[in-house]
Amino acid sequence: MTTVREIAEANVQREIRRRWLLTAPALIVIFLAAIGPLFVMLLYSFMVKGDYGDVKFGQFSLDGWFNVFFTRDIFDDTLTFADAHLSILWRSISLSLITTVTTLFFGFPTAYFIATRPQHQRDTWLFVVTIPFWTNILIRTFAMQEVLRNEGIVNSALMAMHLINSPIQIMFTNWAVLFGMVYVYLPLMVLPLYASMEKIDFRLVEAGYDLYATRIQVLRRIIIPLVNPGIIAGSILVFIPSLGAYVTPRVLGGGKSMMLGNLIELQFGQGRDWPLGAALSITLMVVVTLALLVYVRNASKGEGSHG
Amino acid sequence: MAKGFSVRSQPGFVFIALLCFFLLYLPIATLVFYAFNAGVSVAVWEGFSLRWFQSAMHNTQVQEATLRSVFIAVTSAFLSTIAATMAALATTRTANYPGLTFKYAFINQPLMVPEIVTAVALLIVFSRIKIWTGYSGIGYLLAAHTAFCIPFAYLPIRARLENMDLTLERAAADLYATPWNAFKRVTLPLMWPGIIAGFMLAFVTSLDDVVITEFVKSGGQETLPTYMLGQLRRVVTPEINAISTVFLAISILFVTIFFFLNRKKV
Repeated sequence: MTTVREIAEANVQREIRRRWLLTAPALIVIFLAAIGPLFVMLLYSFMVKGDYGDVKFGQFSLDGWFNVFFTRDIFDDTLTFADAHLSILWRSISLSLITTVTTLFFGFPTAYFIATRPQHQRDTWLFVVTIPFWTNILIRTFAMQEVLRNEGIVNSALMAMHLINSPIQIMFTNWAVLFGMVYVYLPLMVLPLYASMEKIDFRLVEAGYDLYATRIQVLRRIIIPLVNPGIIAGSILVFIPSLGAYVTPRVLGGGKSMMLGNLIELQFGQGRDWPLGAALSITLMVVVTLALLVYVRNASKGEGSHG
Repeated sequence: MAKGFSVRSQPGFVFIALLCFFLLYLPIATLVFYAFNAGVSVAVWEGFSLRWFQSAMHNTQVQEATLRSVFIAVTSAFLSTIAATMAALATTRTANYPGLTFKYAFINQPLMVPEIVTAVALLIVFSRIKIWTGYSGIGYLLAAHTAFCIPFAYLPIRARLENMDLTLERAAADLYATPWNAFKRVTLPLMWPGIIAGFMLAFVTSLDDVVITEFVKSGGQETLPTYMLGQLRRVVTPEINAISTVFLAISILFVTIFFFLNRKKV
């Protein structure tokens, strides 16, 4: 005889099965056109490179991974560090860090400004920040290019003020990539910062002033600790896409100021070294995952201290 | 205390904030400004004209790329919204069950991986499939776009469902509505704003995509963003500004609608 309990359990099982079926289309599409290919790429990073791109299917080698870090001299087989790759990796990481700090410097006061407006104005100010955010990244990069060019606004303005006599070359330098990334990713910093600043209890700030704190002390000892989760979230949101940036360094940096994304593309284009490209992609993914893990750890720590 | 002391103000913050808003809009404003330039330069103003809008409209490459972009965006937004709606129904309003966390992670995965990495991985797999099957049509772009649009469509739909009141559905069941009828007459109308928001988010995401499209497309499959990326390598005329301006106007329109859709709820 079936008991009530068994019927209930069977119902739960059927419900779970139904829920899996409902999720199936999304999971299958993402597997086929997003996650699955990552595993294929991992496999490709261990294959022998083909003569004209692609790989020699089924022939395995560690050359792809080896070439990420070392170069073998073609004449005498001596090993040296792959300076070009390491300098591009270093540029990617350092430019992304500087971008993060710069967007924090500009984004913090901006988010604070929005959060301290009267309630009915906040939505409008937020909207003003969101519009550039939803504008195509290519269009924003292109707009930045027009500003930074030798004939662009910056150089024309400086020349009109007689500060310089001839245009400064900004395009195709690290500076151009930095300006571009700060411009493109700034809204990603402002939005999470705003979300945590909105919740600040200003009675705490008032208490600080009552106890003779200066403005700087209030900022350092009260406001910044309160919005710390927002600072971390914003930094991660800026740092990760900066690391993998492709469009901005391609348009503003050209061949001179390449980042990891462009180095990867090169291997699938003129470089014709797919295993190396695959290995570089996985390296990038590992760095990003590490950054995310740091974030998750910090986030859960923050929750714990409040609870 | 000196008059006007505000506990909320911080020295220099207003200045930096206003500077920030100014800098956010300066490049875009310049871009739009020169779209109306009569001359061929994007740096020297020679008077007002709409010639570059006309020349962009009559440029067959631009026409084709625009049509292709819109077709891909509509199709993949439609498919991803359906998949995301089903997935959202299956992952909300329930106690934790085995596999729920896995599903969250899986669906949001495209957001965690740098676009360039996904792009290259797709290039590897699709080029192999192209050799095996000989098919090099637009299906690859549709598959790729649908996949990375799913998380964007999923987020607003899920948010909508999580805030939804279950009592209405129970009431429908009490009144002998079949599960399908209860879904059609109660749940679906309630989650509709979330579905629209998800569709629009997916549409804009697909329309904006440069990197994945650039790597997945076969010959002759330029979308508007990849066409523009190609043009930036050459001598730039205000035609690109004109195209960007129209693109910008469409994005702003979408964000505005999205903004008001979301605000009504509160």
